[in-house]
Amino acid sequence: MSYTDTTINQSHISQLPRLNRRQITVLVMAIAAALLLGVVIGGFLLSNEKLMTNFEERSLSPSIEHPFGTDWLGRDMFARSLKGLTVSLGVGMLASTVSVFFALTLGLAAATMGRTVDGAVTWLVDIFLGLPHIVVLILIAFAMGGGTRGVIIAVAITHWPSLARVIRAEVLQLRTSEYVQLSRRLGRSRWWIATRHLLPHLVPQLLVGLVLLFPHAILHEAAITFLGFGLSPHQPAVGVILSESMRHLSTGQWWLALFPGLSLLVMVRAFDALGDNLRLLIDPHTAQE
Amino acid sequence: MRMGSALIYIGHKSVRLAVLLIALCAITFWLVSQSPIDPVQAYVGADMMRVGPEQRAEIAEYWGLNAPPLERFVRWGSAVVHGDFGTSMIFRRPVIDVIQERFTASLVLMGAAWVFSGVLGFVLGIIAGARQGTWIDRLIKCYCLTLASTPAFWLGLLLLIVFAVWLGWAPVGLGVPMGVPADEVTLGDHLRHMILPAVTLSIIGVANVALHTRQKLVNVLASDYVLFARAKGESEPAILWRHGMRNVALPAITLQFASLSELFGGSVLAEQVFSYPGLGQATVAAGLRGDVPLLLGAVIFSALFVFTGNLLADIIYRFVDPRIRLGGSV
Repeated sequence: MSYTDTTINQSHISQLPRLNRRQITVLVMAIAAALLLGVVIGGFLLSNEKLMTNFEERSLSPSIEHPFGTDWLGRDMFARSLKGLTVSLGVGMLASTVSVFFALTLGLAAATMGRTVDGAVTWLVDIFLGLPHIVVLILIAFAMGGGTRGVIIAVAITHWPSLARVIRAEVLQLRTSEYVQLSRRLGRSRWWIATRHLLPHLVPQLLVGLVLLFPHAILHEAAITFLGFGLSPHQPAVGVILSESMRHLSTGQWWLALFPGLSLLVMVRAFDALGDNLRLLIDPHTAQE
Repeated sequence: MRMGSALIYIGHKSVRLAVLLIALCAITFWLVSQSPIDPVQAYVGADMMRVGPEQRAEIAEYWGLNAPPLERFVRWGSAVVHGDFGTSMIFRRPVIDVIQERFTASLVLMGAAWVFSGVLGFVLGIIAGARQGTWIDRLIKCYCLTLASTPAFWLGLLLLIVFAVWLGWAPVGLGVPMGVPADEVTLGDHLRHMILPAVTLSIIGVANVALHTRQKLVNVLASDYVLFARAKGESEPAILWRHGMRNVALPAITLQFASLSELFGGSVLAEQVFSYPGLGQATVAAGLRGDVPLLLGAVIFSALFVFTGNLLADIIYRFVDPRIRLGGSV
């Protein structure tokens, strides 16, 4: 699940006949973009009417009019799921961007600012990875007093460690490479080396890191909200919807849980696949498969 | 000689982990003390209206909440070293007792899921790797990649709907049957209540080890020595057994140990869905209701759990694998 673990499935999808990796990546990108656009535009166009309670249409099972059914207050579950996904996407994007920024700063600092800083960053990474991710999220959400702000901060400042490690290793490797050594001997400034040699290598890594962190951030946001730390119960986040659905399980209203979770799953899976394919594509070892 | 170096390595590693743990405690304590949740309010709860300012001050005094943070940390730290984690505000019992009881329940749950997901994941990985490129390989890969994107708590909900509500095969939640005195609860009851959460954790846990094992096996089967074995006319099952399994089993076990962190995270969610009285559920309750001593205790024990897993993974990686063992002494 983590950034590094995805190296495991090096050749997935590559066995599909005919399409090469570039074409598959474009395909996945199109699917992910369509999903993203659909959710954003759908969530934007969605009138609040749909989210209103309507006691005449309580607890309906899925139909053409209400593809995801309605809940015990007569609210359309499709509209709620869509709204929930937009909330998740917003939190996910913000959190993964902040995390990538953290990872870049700390990874660069560790690799370039000497042994003390390197040691400190490595420690910080070890401390963060020494606790189960959910527990860290609970701790930080608790420290922030919960709420939307608490969740965003918690998700944002907990997703950087694995990417920071990758960046640190990458920069360390680049610094010892011959062309960087040569560049330094030729008297290029640190800034010149950083912007001309290091950055072009790091930008693709960062982009992939961003895309791969994004689904994780969404999943963790949903999880922590589900546990009750996060977004207020009035916001139709997917986590909130699912935790509410638990109260209506025993009455057999399966659609309350199935569809919102499924839409989250599809979203996460699409971006995971996108990130994986991008990663394989920018990696010269696997780009030509 | 080798024994000695192993002990030195483990000692070194343990010291490092101990220092890490202390740092972690400090950070955790600092984080918790930053919370805007008022511990006095959390303690008093719904009776807030009936508690005057003087009583509040007395409660704060009683719990030592007026002291500066550093002093509180030192006091708490020295108490923890003596095995005193304080009193849980929710349970009104010593934290260490609560954790002992809850952690045991969680360990049973996680242990079952750990073994089951490990075995199943390994088998699936072997099948996928041995039949690389076929439909069964694609099926297993697709299954694993989808699982990696599945929210654990949602899976738990689905299982709950199907097996507890529709089919009625499993209880809807909790660790023991309701309305039954504690001394009449049988082992069977415990097991019945554990099945669904354990299955949830196992299904989620399969993905990582299966994908890893598959990739390792694919690499092994593409190696020169397997090519040579094929050229000698060894049968495929023999190759799989003698070259495949041996090379793949250890990394899989190491990976299982190293993924205790994710297992614990999953169990927090699964316990919440199934109202299973484990440490994860206690952690969530402590966080939601501002029970600082319990939260601190739960954090420390979850860290210990993860550290132990990482240490074991390290030890296996370094000292059990014959190649690395020999490589190290040359």
